[in-house]
Amino acid sequence: MGAGHAAGAAHRLYVPGASPVHRLPPQCKLVAVLAFVLLVVATPRERFWAFGVYALLLAAVAATARIPFGTVARRVVIEVPFVAFAFLMPFVASGEKVTVLGLELSENGLWGAWNILAKGTLGVVTSILLAATTEPRLLLLGIDRLRMPQLLTQIATFMLRYGDVVAAELGRMKVARASRGFEGRDLRATRVLAKSIGALFLRSYERGERVHLAMLSRGYDGRMPVVHDVSATAAQWTAAAALPLAAAFVTLAAWTMP
Amino acid sequence: MTADLGEAPTVPSLDVRGLAYAYPDGTQALYGVDLTIDRGERVALLGPNGAGKTTLVLHLNGILHGGLGEVRVGGLAVDPKDKRTLREIRRRVGIVFQDPDDQLFMPTVREDVAFGPANLGIRGAELDLRVRDALDRVGMLAVADRPPQHLSFGQRRRVAVATVLAMEPEILVLDEPSSNLDPASRRELAEILLSLDVTVLMVTHDLPYAAELCPRSVILSGGVIAADASTRDVLMDGDLLTSHRLELPFGFDPAATAR
Repeated sequence: MGAGHAAGAAHRLYVPGASPVHRLPPQCKLVAVLAFVLLVVATPRERFWAFGVYALLLAAVAATARIPFGTVARRVVIEVPFVAFAFLMPFVASGEKVTVLGLELSENGLWGAWNILAKGTLGVVTSILLAATTEPRLLLLGIDRLRMPQLLTQIATFMLRYGDVVAAELGRMKVARASRGFEGRDLRATRVLAKSIGALFLRSYERGERVHLAMLSRGYDGRMPVVHDVSATAAQWTAAAALPLAAAFVTLAAWTMP
Repeated sequence: MTADLGEAPTVPSLDVRGLAYAYPDGTQALYGVDLTIDRGERVALLGPNGAGKTTLVLHLNGILHGGLGEVRVGGLAVDPKDKRTLREIRRRVGIVFQDPDDQLFMPTVREDVAFGPANLGIRGAELDLRVRDALDRVGMLAVADRPPQHLSFGQRRRVAVATVLAMEPEILVLDEPSSNLDPASRRELAEILLSLDVTVLMVTHDLPYAAELCPRSVILSGGVIAADASTRDVLMDGDLLTSHRLELPFGFDPAATAR
């Protein structure tokens, strides 16, 4: 590494910045994202224009946050498996058929595919923007702030902290295997790999016990102390509400217009 | 600090009497340990693997209990049933575990150092002060906002010491503090430990480190204290060391360590 502080503190999905979107308290962003996604999902699939406006709204957020278009586009790749499923639908769904380029396609299936594609992509882009503008640990503070059960946020915090440690351990095991001439070429290798995973699980479990012991030794009693609070002002809530409010008008229009 | 109890020099930091313990599976680990450490002393706890060192350490703050005997920290008896006393005991006994990755679990160094004092109910400016002071004492203030996993091993060990110092302990217990450190980190940690004005119990196999840091050594072997003398005398007694599976590293002469 050696890239200094910024690289050290950053996470893979997070794009460092100081834009108004970056500076919003995490709980405001979380609520805004959830509301926006729900509104998108609630929009009738026949209203093509509504989805266009949603996309424009997200583009405006990305511009405000100074997240490059290319970054978002590259990360959208994560939804490829779902897209593949969506493309399958016109072929397998039942109902009335239409002929496109000589292919018999189900009309229901086409609508279903469009529905998944449009709503899924909008949801994924929204999450990408959230992850790009909010550090993971702040995200967890925001979730905690929204009164999620502490047990869940604690588990997520530990995943964040120990993900790298476990991955490094896995890497060392891999090097140690390779150093003794192991090559994972064919099916016989799965037996060895399964044993490695088992050993990794045991080690992680034991580490969990040791961490718990160390926590008890420093007075842990089941609750994480709230050290720095990420409180939000009314102005910040209003700013975060801009996105879902605009989307709400679009949804309303989509439902009421003939 | 510890104004409520034990300001008189007559109250030892640690007083262990007749401590015996068997694990639930029946393995007897301690057979009656007696150990008294006065305030400000630095004592090395030596012993071969499996001698019961870790078992003894985990008794000091009440994580293990249920055997015979008594442990007192600064005059306060460890009573696992009394939650309020237990919290105070865990403040007084600061354990630095061997693997810093076990000890440092928060997303940033600052939050990790704040974890202990925050559990004691300290908040706001005083908490900040504690964190800054503790990190300053181990020379790690500059890395306060970095995630622990991005520090070097030596830095992580020093931060682990800070997490415990932030609780202003009566006694600092270090489990193998020199393990896995390169010589420079090892020396830096020794300098830090020597600069601290706190009672230290250091569990180690590293006999030169014990000679450097601790005027007094005790050997725990087979679940009892087998020797308790000045570190120099313990290390000069070759027969004693051999009978408890302890060995000086090649070329090390304890007679040359006279301070």
